Amino acid sequence: MVIKIFKNFFGRVLSGIFKNKRDVKLGFYGPPNAGKTSLANRICKDFTGEEMGSVSKVPHETRHVQFKEKVEIKHKGKTMVFKMIDTPGISTKIDYEDFLKFKVKKKDAKNRAKEATQGVIESIKWLDDMDIVVVVLDATENPYNQVNITIIGNLVARKIPVLIVANKIDLGKADIKKIESAFPEYEVVGISAKYGKNLEEFYESIFELSKKI
Amino acid sequence: MVKKRGKNIGKIKGFAIQFIPYSEIKNLNSDERIRKILEIVLGNNILMLQGKLLPEEETRLIGDTMAMIGHIKNFRGIELAVISGNGDEGFFDRMKKGIINTLSKGDLGAITIIGPATIVKEIKRNPRKIELLLNR
Repeated sequence: MVIKIFKNFFGRVLSGIFKNKRDVKLGFYGPPNAGKTSLANRICKDFTGEEMGSVSKVPHETRHVQFKEKVEIKHKGKTMVFKMIDTPGISTKIDYEDFLKFKVKKKDAKNRAKEATQGVIESIKWLDDMDIVVVVLDATENPYNQVNITIIGNLVARKIPVLIVANKIDLGKADIKKIESAFPEYEVVGISAKYGKNLEEFYESIFELSKKI
Repeated sequence: MVKKRGKNIGKIKGFAIQFIPYSEIKNLNSDERIRKILEIVLGNNILMLQGKLLPEEETRLIGDTMAMIGHIKNFRGIELAVISGNGDEGFFDRMKKGIINTLSKGDLGAITIIGPATIVKEIKRNPRKIELLLNR
């Protein structure tokens, strides 16, 4: 009996130590074209010198989950190691005809749509594997979109800490307040991934969020 | 006006709006709920469901419908919106709502709208109004 108690106690202590040592799995979620890959690229470029994936004005550019292991983020004298996971944008509908507007050839558009549907399924499957998630929203778009609500609802149900990022604040149409009022229970950080604006506040929030794991 | 799209979409002659009270899905498991919803939506109907699905059921519905694109003719996915209170209720109202929701095992004050994307172009929402924009 006493041996069992000791065994359990040390087991918990040791697993606690190793849990804190492992890399934090940081996921980037959101609707298509919000700037998930742009933000992931910015972070990777700043701390590893390499980018993570390609970006495009055509929606669903990221159609597979992409990873970057051992990304050491340094902020105000502290260092944390992350496994960054950039996911394809989640949407409820995909129509290849929407890609034709961007002068994508019909065959490529159909192929892109097919891969994009698989990407959405992949993103959803990965929800269970995240430690913390950054939900990237386009600050120029209406935040009252069911996809945003569904993603956040799922993260809450899985008890995964969430940070909302209002991207594209460099654009005149950007409205962070609208995102804040749509999601009053969450911290919203306004950034521009493209120009690296306000990333210090973003890193601060990520470090704070990691404490909630 | 909405630009005319592919010739196949033009074949849709009409659609129905179907209402399902929460009591009809209350005792169904997630599989059965999703199946029931898909039967209605794939029949080119707009579903108005009293209450709302669990977050996991919503993502399951999105995943299942994504897997159908390209396999079911003319299917492009769904439009989905959940309309519920704006959160401006006072403490006692929220408590009352919480008790009712717990007893009924669902948010009866919410309405879930689900329609095929070939019919529903967009469900536009802001805190003050909800617009259902149709494709034709």
